[in-house]
Amino acid sequence: MTLKDIPVAGTGKVTKIHGSDKLKRRIMDMGITKGTDIYVRKVAPLGDPMEVTVRGFELSLRKDEAVNIDVEPV
Amino acid sequence: MAIKIALAGNPNCGKTTLFNDLTGSTQFVGNWPGVTVEKKEGRLKGHKDVIIQDLPGIYSLSPYSPEEVVSRTYLVEEKPDVILDIVDGSNIERNLYLTTQLLEIGIPVVVAVNMMDVVKKTGTTIDLKALGREIGCEVVPISALHGENTRNAVEKCLAVAEEQKSRDPRVPHVYSGPVEHALAHIEESIQDKVEPESVHWYAIKVFERDKLILEKLKLDSATQAHIEEHIKDCEKELDDDAESIITNARYEYIQRIVSKMVHKKGSKQNLTVSDKIDRVVTNRILALPIFAVIMWAIYYVSVTTIGRIVTDWTNDVLFGTYISGWASAGLEAIGAAPWVEGLVVDGIIGGVGTVLGFVPQMILIFLFLSILEDSGYMARVAFIMDRLFRHFGLSGKSFIPMLIGTGCGVPAIMASRTIENEKDRRMTIMLATYLPCSAKMEIIAMMAITFFSGNAWFAPIMFFMGLAIIVLAGIALKKVGYFAGEPAPFVMELPAYHVPTVKGVLIHVWERAKAFIIKAGSIIFPITVVLWFLMHFGPSMHILEDSEMEQSFIYYIGNALAWIFKPLGFGTWQGAVASVSAELAKEQAVSTLGMLAHASSDAEEVVSAAISNLFGGSALVGLSFTLFNIFDAPCLVAIATAFREQGDRKWGWITFGFQMAVGYGIALVVYQLGSFFTGGGFNVGTLVGFLLVAFVVWAVVRPAPKKTASGETAAAVA
Repeated sequence: MTLKDIPVAGTGKVTKIHGSDKLKRRIMDMGITKGTDIYVRKVAPLGDPMEVTVRGFELSLRKDEAVNIDVEPV
Repeated sequence: MAIKIALAGNPNCGKTTLFNDLTGSTQFVGNWPGVTVEKKEGRLKGHKDVIIQDLPGIYSLSPYSPEEVVSRTYLVEEKPDVILDIVDGSNIERNLYLTTQLLEIGIPVVVAVNMMDVVKKTGTTIDLKALGREIGCEVVPISALHGENTRNAVEKCLAVAEEQKSRDPRVPHVYSGPVEHALAHIEESIQDKVEPESVHWYAIKVFERDKLILEKLKLDSATQAHIEEHIKDCEKELDDDAESIITNARYEYIQRIVSKMVHKKGSKQNLTVSDKIDRVVTNRILALPIFAVIMWAIYYVSVTTIGRIVTDWTNDVLFGTYISGWASAGLEAIGAAPWVEGLVVDGIIGGVGTVLGFVPQMILIFLFLSILEDSGYMARVAFIMDRLFRHFGLSGKSFIPMLIGTGCGVPAIMASRTIENEKDRRMTIMLATYLPCSAKMEIIAMMAITFFSGNAWFAPIMFFMGLAIIVLAGIALKKVGYFAGEPAPFVMELPAYHVPTVKGVLIHVWERAKAFIIKAGSIIFPITVVLWFLMHFGPSMHILEDSEMEQSFIYYIGNALAWIFKPLGFGTWQGAVASVSAELAKEQAVSTLGMLAHASSDAEEVVSAAISNLFGGSALVGLSFTLFNIFDAPCLVAIATAFREQGDRKWGWITFGFQMAVGYGIALVVYQLGSFFTGGGFNVGTLVGFLLVAFVVWAVVRPAPKKTASGETAAAVA
């Protein structure tokens, strides 16, 4: 399952990250690394992107990008 | 000898506030070479020999974004004496991630933990002494906002710089055994290629297979193969790719030290003020209405009401009446020749006035934009609008420039500065002037009256055509060259909301207004003088009245250019001259046409009848003229602004060329196909018209070409 499948107010633990070098690096640079908990706060009014909390701060990412983050539900 | 302090930190960590606090008014703003990333430098207040170099706000030193590349190139190659790393104490984990990378460069680092007041309020304690011991550098708590302890932080930097000791790069134990093993091998292979203090940094970059660094080091294939073997072994052992291994290790290291040194009190459940604001402002139902109200308010104040009044006053009263009146009176009093008076009053004062007339409106818009940015709302604008805009290669933040563009293209182009991503920003600059601005509305209004009996639908249709151009051009451009390829990651921080400081906002506004005045002024000024001369002098070399334009140089130039406009239906010298004068200021198109058509008065009906006469009473020609002049390149001030904001000449010309092609193409298609369908017969022009339509359809609907891997890196470096 990927981060995209986590419902609002749900939390996922990162297991693996895919994607191009550039995207993957960006995701990881922002603190989404293996074992990190990601809390899904909300989805934008038009249905995309989503807002998550990671390492104590808010991050926005598109659903297209969220599918690159494998998670297990917590 | 001068001491150089480099200021580094994440976006929103308070770096700009600290920079302003330390340097005051001695800032110098420019661009980093080759990229449109702003470069700010200043001198420490009271210390002329201490230079503070502000680096862009970055999260990492990866090779993938221009901001990160210029920062690391500066740090590694220009070697400042010390790095002052600003860390947001309320967001310490992610902020320390950049710190772990800065520590590896081999330059002494002083860490300033900012927002300590916020940290204390939440009941969190950070053991700064232990943190300093662990990462091996001075750690100073500061509050940039209140100017607390900032002096102390700088003095620590100066002390460290005085000692001139390069730090031991291996103090923090970030990496695990297998990684350190591989790094040791790499260091051994590259040590004769780089300076000893940066060898560790280069080794890590080589381990990460950082393309830019590998290109720079030019390792021979044997060495490369040897290194690759070690990297592969390590990847196999840790079951991950090299880049991820390094990133993971850094965050794991940070987690280890943070768990020891940061103690949080209170439960996570407590909502902060920022959370509460965010709940309302980006609420699923309320977000769009709130957004609309904020945008309307900005537009209303800066474009329709106060901004318009002040700009009109500056143009018509201040420059139009007072300054030109005084200048005329003064020049007459000293007995200056009439042509000198004409040049000074119409040419110079008129030209300078056009530029300065925009300044009050721009200051207002920048004021609002700065408040939106500094408060954290701008990031939410991107969040709310992203879905809509990304389909045409634009950013959610492109909405604001487009909206402002309906008032005036100049501040619209300047507003594109809030877009961090270079591709999105370049495209926004190219497209921001397509919704008709207030000056273009004058052309539209006059043509509606002249050829379409004042039809109330004419203006809205032009507006929607502008919108259609933005959407279609966005979709088509996204598939071409530089704009093609994977969209920039939208993985973006949504910073906590906070009240912007007056000082910060004012500095922001001043910097942008100043940049505009200097650049636009230096381009506009000579061009207006030259155009004035061409309009008022002819081969006879004595000054001409407005009604004598047939004797001026511009008449000859108009005739020489007329063939260009033949395919558009207004290939007369008058049509050409009116289009050229529209480039000075769009509303000029109408008055110039009236003048050239020998309208006997300024009255609307008279001018309208004269223009109709000039175009042979053809509504199609009138429409073609309108389309060309509202959808080609914007006025000169806006073009000059676009050149400035694109950051290099090549992109300025691309923008200009693209806009001219769009305006010309639309007018041509409408005129040629219009003639054909109204029984004008089929000719070469008709064929070209159909081909153009076919080309546009193809450009929009064709599948996106596969991106090339090299294009991606080239864009990051360029």
